[in-house]
Amino acid sequence: MNSNRTQGLAPAQEVSSESRHVGRSVLRLEDPILLRGEGTFAADVNFARQLHMRVVRSAVAHARIRQIDTTAARAAGGVVAVWTGRDVAEIPLIPTRATKVQGLEPYCQPILAQDRVRYVGEPVAVVFATDAYLAEDAAEQVQVTVDELPPVLDARADPSAFDEVRNTEPTIIRKGYGDIEGAFAAAHAVVELELSIGRHSGVPMECRGAVARYDAARDVLEMHGAAKKSHWNRDVMAQMLGRSRSDFHLFEGHVGGGFGVRGELYPEDVLVCLAALRLRRPVKWIEDRRENLMATNHSRQQHHRIQAAISGAGELLGIRDVFFLDQGGYVRTHGARVADMSAGLLLGPYRVPAYQATCHYRLTNKTPCGTYRSPGRFETTFVRERLMDAIAERLGLDKLEVRRRNLVAAHEMPYSRPLDALGVDVVLDSGDYAGLLDKTLARLDWNGLQARLAERRKQGELVGVGLAMFVEKSGLGPSDLVRLTVEPSGTIELVTGAASVGQGMETVLAQICADELGIDYRRVRVVRGRTDRIEFGNGAHASRVTVMSGSATQIAARNVRALALEFAARALKRSPEALTMIDGRVVTRNEAEGASLTLAEIAKLVEPNASCAPDTPFEHRQGLSADGWFYSDHMNYPYGVHVAQVCIDPDTGVVRVERYLASYDVGRAVNPMLVEGQIVGGVAQGIGGALFEQFAYDLAGQPQSTTFADYLMVTASEMPDVDVLVTEDAPSPLNPLGMKGAGEGGTNAAGAAVAAAVDDALGSPGFVTALPILPRDVYRHLASRQRG
Amino acid sequence: MKDLTLDVNGELHRIRVEPRRTLVDALREDCGQTGTHIGCEHGVCGSCTVLVDNEPVRSCLMFAVQAEGCKIRTVEGLASAGELHPIQQAFTEEHALQCGFCTPGFLMLAIGILEKNPAISDDDLLEDLSSNLCRCTGYKNIIAAVKRVRDTMAGASAR
Repeated sequence: MNSNRTQGLAPAQEVSSESRHVGRSVLRLEDPILLRGEGTFAADVNFARQLHMRVVRSAVAHARIRQIDTTAARAAGGVVAVWTGRDVAEIPLIPTRATKVQGLEPYCQPILAQDRVRYVGEPVAVVFATDAYLAEDAAEQVQVTVDELPPVLDARADPSAFDEVRNTEPTIIRKGYGDIEGAFAAAHAVVELELSIGRHSGVPMECRGAVARYDAARDVLEMHGAAKKSHWNRDVMAQMLGRSRSDFHLFEGHVGGGFGVRGELYPEDVLVCLAALRLRRPVKWIEDRRENLMATNHSRQQHHRIQAAISGAGELLGIRDVFFLDQGGYVRTHGARVADMSAGLLLGPYRVPAYQATCHYRLTNKTPCGTYRSPGRFETTFVRERLMDAIAERLGLDKLEVRRRNLVAAHEMPYSRPLDALGVDVVLDSGDYAGLLDKTLARLDWNGLQARLAERRKQGELVGVGLAMFVEKSGLGPSDLVRLTVEPSGTIELVTGAASVGQGMETVLAQICADELGIDYRRVRVVRGRTDRIEFGNGAHASRVTVMSGSATQIAARNVRALALEFAARALKRSPEALTMIDGRVVTRNEAEGASLTLAEIAKLVEPNASCAPDTPFEHRQGLSADGWFYSDHMNYPYGVHVAQVCIDPDTGVVRVERYLASYDVGRAVNPMLVEGQIVGGVAQGIGGALFEQFAYDLAGQPQSTTFADYLMVTASEMPDVDVLVTEDAPSPLNPLGMKGAGEGGTNAAGAAVAAAVDDALGSPGFVTALPILPRDVYRHLASRQRG
Repeated sequence: MKDLTLDVNGELHRIRVEPRRTLVDALREDCGQTGTHIGCEHGVCGSCTVLVDNEPVRSCLMFAVQAEGCKIRTVEGLASAGELHPIQQAFTEEHALQCGFCTPGFLMLAIGILEKNPAISDDDLLEDLSSNLCRCTGYKNIIAAVKRVRDTMAGASAR
C-alpha cells in the first residue's frame, strides 16, 4: 500500500477544532475488546438452564416427505423435545422484505419442511436437548422417509412444477428503455456473448447462531446473536409469533462477518424464538460449518445471453440481455432483489441509448440464494466488461479507447437513467469516470507496464493484465435515526439502529460525532444492535451505514451542539451568537479568558431534577440529548477501476494474481485506513469468486462443497500485492459530508478484471466465459492450442 | 466422563468431560475462555488456534483429554495489566482485523511462529500465516502486523 497513514490521534493543539477526525485514519474503537478475546459472538452467549437445538436437514435435493419417525430421538439421553413440520404448521412462511415484485409469497420457506423438501440441507426437524453433543446424537436418530423427485439443477431449463398450481419461475424481471429494435436494426455490428457466474457465498468466519430466551416475569422474548437487520427481523418474527415490538427484542453482539448473508431472517432464528416461548427455557442454536455451507444463503449464480448493437466507431447503440438467475429451493428475504439490481445496474459507467433486460428468476433444488457483497454488480460487471472487451476485439480497437468512447462524462452528472433498482430511480449522482481511468493508468505507468509484460511474454511467460471499470451503489435510504445524549458524567452516548458486521462503523460514527462537538472520538460510546434502545433502525446493508447513519449522526450532533449553546447562553447570560464550541467546551467568542462550560456541565444544568440551575425553566430541563434523522430517496454511486495482473503456470493451468490495483472514488473518506481495509478485503473475496470459490452439485443435487477443503477461499498465499487508490473527486451531493459507501467496491470488478487478465495472458481474447476460472479449463485450453 | 485438569494461561481448571469433548469446547464451555473461536471444526480455518506447549494447534482437532499436563496458551493470556501484547498492538495499528472473529487464532499462530523463529523470512512467514483463514481483511494488514513485530523483536535483540 503506497498511501500514507496517520496513526492515532495527534495532540489537540496541533489540529484545528474543526474536522479533527473526519478524513483521518484514527485507530478503531472496536479493536481492544476483540484483540483481548473479550467480544461476544453468538456462540459466546449463554443462559442458565439453556437447551441446545440441533437441526435435522434433508439429505435429498427434492422429495415428498412420507414419514418422519422421531421415536428413537425422543427417547435419547438429554432430549426435551423433537419437532417436525407438523409441530410448527401454523407458523407463516418467512416473508420477503419490501420489493416492488409481487406474488413471491407462495415460494417462501417454511421454518420446517411441510410436505416437500427442496434442497439438501433444508430443515425437516429439530431436536432440543440439555447438551449440544446430546442434541447432535439424537438428531442422527431421526428417521426421515421420502419419495424422491427429480431435482431441477439448471435455471436455464424450462420451468417445471413447483407445486400443483405454480411453476419454478416465480417472476420475470423486465427493465429497459429506448428503441431497442431500432438500435439493433441500425447497428454496424452486433456483438453477442454467453457468460456464466458461479454459485458463491459470503461465508463469514463465524457461522450463524441464535440464542432465545423468554423472560416470563417481564413477558419479554429476547433473541441474541442478531445481525444486520435486527429491527426488520424483530418486526417480522413478532408478526409470525403473535408478539409486539414492546415485548420482543433482538440483541446484536459481535458479528463475525456479514457480507450479505449473515443477519437475514432464517428458519433457525424463528425456531429458537418459538422454542423459548413453548419450552420456557433459553434455547441456543449454533450452526456448524457444514450446515453453514448448505443452509446459509448462497448467491450469484447467473447465466447471461447478452448482445450489443454498436456503431462502426465502437459506440454502444443498444444492449439486450436475457439472463437466468438460479435462486435455489425457495424465495428468501431478499425476494428478487439480486435480479432487480442486476437488471437495473448492469450498464455501469457507460452511455447506452437503448436497453432491454429480461431476468428469468427461477427456483432450482439447491440452497436458496440472497445477496453477497456487491450483489448483482460482481455478476453484471463481469458481463458488461467482457462485452466491452469483445467489442474492442471485434472492431480492432484498443480496449481502453472503446471504454472512453462510451463513458458518461463528468459534465453530464447528475446522469439520470430511465431505470430503477431497489425501488429507486437510478440517477448517477456524481463522478468523473474518465478522470479516474487516467489516474489509474498513471498510477500503473500503463505503457511501461505493457512493455514489461511484453518483454516477459517474449521470455515465454504467460503474463497479462486486465482492466475493468464499474459503478457501485451505496447509501440506500429512505431514512435513518441517531439519538445522541451527553450524560452529566461527560460520556457521550450515540444510539443507532445501524448494525456492525465488523466494518468499523462504531469508529466512523464516533469520528463524525466528535468533529461536530469538538471532542475526542474516544469519548463517544456507540450503542448499536439493540431494538430495546432505539425504536427504529435499518441495520447494515447496501453500503449504507456511513452514508445514512453517518449523516444522521452529524445532524444529531449539530442538534446537541445547538441545544448546548442555547442552554449555555442562558447560564452564562450571553446571547447564543456570542458563544461557540471549542474542544468540547462552550466558550465566549473573542474572550480568551471568558466564562465557559463543558458539555458535562451543561448536561448537569439541564437534568430534569437539576437543583443547580435555578435560572433554567423546568421545561428546558430535559437533558442534553437530541435525535438526528436523515432522509434520502436516492442511492449514490461511487465508482472505480480494477486492474489485475496475472501469471499462468503452463504446466497446471493455475492462475496466479501477481499484482492488483483497485481505484475507487468514495466521495469523502471518513477514515481512509478503514476504506482501504474494506477495498482490500473485498478484493480478496472478488479474487476468490474469480478463481476459486464455487458451490458445486452432483447430478442428484448433492452439494459437493460442504467443507473448507472443498469451498476454497483465498489464503495469504494467494493474495497479490494490492495497491489501493482512494480518490475524493466526486463528493456525493446527496449528503452534507459528500460520503459514498466503501464496502463493496473491492469486490465489484474483480471477476471482470481477472478474466480480462487471463485472456491477455493466454493471448486468447474472449477465452473466459465463466467464473470461477478453473485450472482445469485453462489447462485444457493450453493443451488444445498445443495440439492445434 | 473423565476428570481432568487443564493448565490454561497458567491457571488450573479442574473439569469433568466426556472423552470425545474437543479441546476448544472444553476451553470455551468448561473453562469459560470464549476468546478462542470455532470456525469450521475440521481443522482448516485455524480460528481455534491455541498454543499447546508452545506449538500452534487447532483446538478443534484435539480432545481435551489429550491436553492434560500440557501448557495451553490462549488469547486471554496475551494482555497483561491492561496493556496489550505487542502483537495485539500491532494488529490494531496496522488495521489487521475487521470483524475480529479469526483474530485470536491469528494472534496465537503468529506468536507460535515468532517464538520458534524470530528471524523468519518473509516467504516462510507468508507460508505459515496462510494456514489460517480470514474473510475480512485480505491478509495484507495481518502480514504487515506480524512483520512489524518480527522486525521490532529483531531490533530489540540486536541492541
